[in-house]
Amino acid sequence: MTTGTLTAGRARFRLPRRQIPVLATLALLLVMYGIGVSQYQAFSNVQVIFNIFIDNGFLLVVAVGMTFVILTGGIDLSVGSVVAMTAMVSASLLQKGLPAALVLVIALLIGPTLGLLMGCAIHFFEIQPFIVTLAGMFFARGMCTFISGSSIPISDGFWTRMSQERIGDPRGNFVSISVLIAFAVVAVAAYTLAYTRLGRNVYAIGGNPQSALLMGLPVGRTRIAVYTISGLCSAIGGILLSFYTLSGAPLIAVGMELDVIAAVVIGGTVLTGGSGYVFGTVLGVLVLGVIQTLITFDGSLNSWWTRIVIGGLLFAFILFQRLVGIRYK
Amino acid sequence: MDDTILEMRRITKTFPGVTALEDVTLAVRRGEIHAICGENGAGKSTLMKVLSGVHPSGSYDGEILFDGRPMQFRGIRDSEANGIVIIHQELALVPHLSIAENLFLGNERRGRSGLIDWNRANADAAELLASVGLHENPVTPVIQLGVGKQQLVEIAKALSKKVRLLILDEPTAALNDVDSAHLLGLLRQLKAQGITCIMISHKLNEITAIADSTTVIRDGRAVETLDMRADDVTQQRIIRGMVGRDLDAFYPDRVSSPGEEVLRIEDWTVRHPTQDRMVVEGVGLSVRAGEVVGIAGLMGAGRTELAMSVFGRSYGRDISGRLFVHGREVKARSVAEAIDNGIAYVTEDRKRFGLNLIDDVRRNVSAAALARLARLGWVNGNEEIKVAEASRREMNIKAPSVMAVVGKLSGGNQQKVVLSKWLFTDPDVLILDEPTRGIDVGAKYEIYTIINRLVAEGKAVIIISSELPELLGMCDRIYTLAAGRITGEKPVGEATQESLMELMTKDKELVG
Repeated sequence: MTTGTLTAGRARFRLPRRQIPVLATLALLLVMYGIGVSQYQAFSNVQVIFNIFIDNGFLLVVAVGMTFVILTGGIDLSVGSVVAMTAMVSASLLQKGLPAALVLVIALLIGPTLGLLMGCAIHFFEIQPFIVTLAGMFFARGMCTFISGSSIPISDGFWTRMSQERIGDPRGNFVSISVLIAFAVVAVAAYTLAYTRLGRNVYAIGGNPQSALLMGLPVGRTRIAVYTISGLCSAIGGILLSFYTLSGAPLIAVGMELDVIAAVVIGGTVLTGGSGYVFGTVLGVLVLGVIQTLITFDGSLNSWWTRIVIGGLLFAFILFQRLVGIRYK
Repeated sequence: MDDTILEMRRITKTFPGVTALEDVTLAVRRGEIHAICGENGAGKSTLMKVLSGVHPSGSYDGEILFDGRPMQFRGIRDSEANGIVIIHQELALVPHLSIAENLFLGNERRGRSGLIDWNRANADAAELLASVGLHENPVTPVIQLGVGKQQLVEIAKALSKKVRLLILDEPTAALNDVDSAHLLGLLRQLKAQGITCIMISHKLNEITAIADSTTVIRDGRAVETLDMRADDVTQQRIIRGMVGRDLDAFYPDRVSSPGEEVLRIEDWTVRHPTQDRMVVEGVGLSVRAGEVVGIAGLMGAGRTELAMSVFGRSYGRDISGRLFVHGREVKARSVAEAIDNGIAYVTEDRKRFGLNLIDDVRRNVSAAALARLARLGWVNGNEEIKVAEASRREMNIKAPSVMAVVGKLSGGNQQKVVLSKWLFTDPDVLILDEPTRGIDVGAKYEIYTIINRLVAEGKAVIIISSELPELLGMCDRIYTLAAGRITGEKPVGEATQESLMELMTKDKELVG
């Protein structure tokens, strides 16, 4: 991005093709925000945007992990269950009186371990990611109810502080610590994808796995890595969710994986892999958040309208990607 | 003139930028076996696709007369309805369905209720199988059969469609000797039943053994039709028709001064990844610094398979043999290891195996040797752009910038990107598989110039090519490959198109 103009002098100005989907999402977001501001006076309040991040911080983190997976052309259906399992494990261990620091470490290890195992199954046994992560999804969800059939409240001091701490400006706008953590995850992920060999390999494998193999790229290692990264992001997401709700519940975040996939795709990442950006995923999550907020502001609409709108948008974006022709065959 | 079942008159078929067939006329007598032969890319398959309606009527010029009536096929269904059935080299069976299910796919045996009558289907299937000499239970899934038997199922399927003209594209290319012999016997039997057969083949011994007439196609033109019954037409006679492509194409001059041996393989043997047959058998060859060595071979000779198996075992299984780089034996069990040992392989199918088409020039150039631009896993983006820019200049890649998406470039420029990518790995040996396929004349010359420059810098180059003039124009030495074996090695001064083609068509069962 920084050096894109180095040789562009002679070329006619053209929208960079790979970035068109992201720009379309940005335009959509601005239009939706504009509608909100024109309809509701309170919508222009900065806190509205901050609240979107506060309410969706965990979703953003999980979506970042999913972006890695989808960029390689894979899919991870286990994320929602891993989020719930992480929250459940944390709540249950805290209830047993373990120190917060130890609980954090354990909770942050479970997700990536499961991701690593799924990645290995996908690579070594050449099983489709869909079915492997579906198994992972059932397993993690089952573990939740195994730990406890009902919700476990969290009263640990560290957790409540993380939940209630407000970081704000003098005018009274604020975000939670979770939002900062989410931003940090986004930043690290964006840099990894853009500036590291791992990131390059992710794009290369998604763009053309066969030629990646014939270039000597570590296809297997990279595949395993992305599922591990997705597992780690789900674990972080689970911790953030437990900060947010101060509990672990066996049936929380059911179907979240589908929201996450929707956010990534609306954010311009191509489902077949090889093209997309973390920044787009941030926009995708924001689109979902703004839709929710608009419906809340309206007050008369059922919250299920969020789903209907997301369904329409998802379809429109996939159609759009087809038309822009991100594939050259 | 004899009773003619098929006449194709003045067929011309063009694709964007190339004329695949020019004014081809073909006449096939009723009840004969008519062989079609020619070099790779001569236009044999295109002609058969025109005949079977894969290229529909209207997409080509000329006319087709079948049984004296003009035909305008809009698709395979039309041609099959008239009794013309084509069996492609890649068999088109559904692996997990049974033989009977495959035989009647799209043509199911229905009972009175409109549902499929499986009893009848299996009974009919058993009968068809018997007629092709295949003794298998019709309920056996096709995936459990070997290629030879699958081929027979395809023929049985054709028979079920009341075939009158059967077209076989390289039917024995993937078969072992026993299966080949059985298939040829079956073709004779079908001929006795009055079924006309067109067979595309590279195996001249098979053609001389079985064909009644042979049409030779060269560069999209039907050169001649030989009557195999009348004259005593020899394999040499057919070869003379196949080659003789003009040598007027221009190749840049190069002073040859080979140095030390860089790469040598000994007794290299490779088994097919899924089938039980050897694709490469006991091959030995070597290449020296500053030398260009050619590998000539027809389709299915194992050229690409040989190259890819040497390149980090990226093809085949049970690979045995020894590989030496600079006189030292190396293992090179993975592509990464091959690259580390200074071997680079430029694929014949750059779109599928050589490039990430949806990414830009810069990242394609750097992809194979990203480690050179990275420290502790972090890629130096500025350095990367410099490298890509340098390649763009040196290779004369015509792209608006190094940020241009590779999928948008022309074939020649894509190939230059692939070459840039491999040169950035700083190889000692470059294996170039069909380096000028699908590239226009001007870009070809540029690629040749680049090759000569690399050789002058002391790199060793192996060129695999279907174009004999290209090999004769570029190489110092040429190996010929047939059915996975080296059948000859000639210094370029002693090689002619005829002598190479003779070696390329030399099969192991010459006695047959």
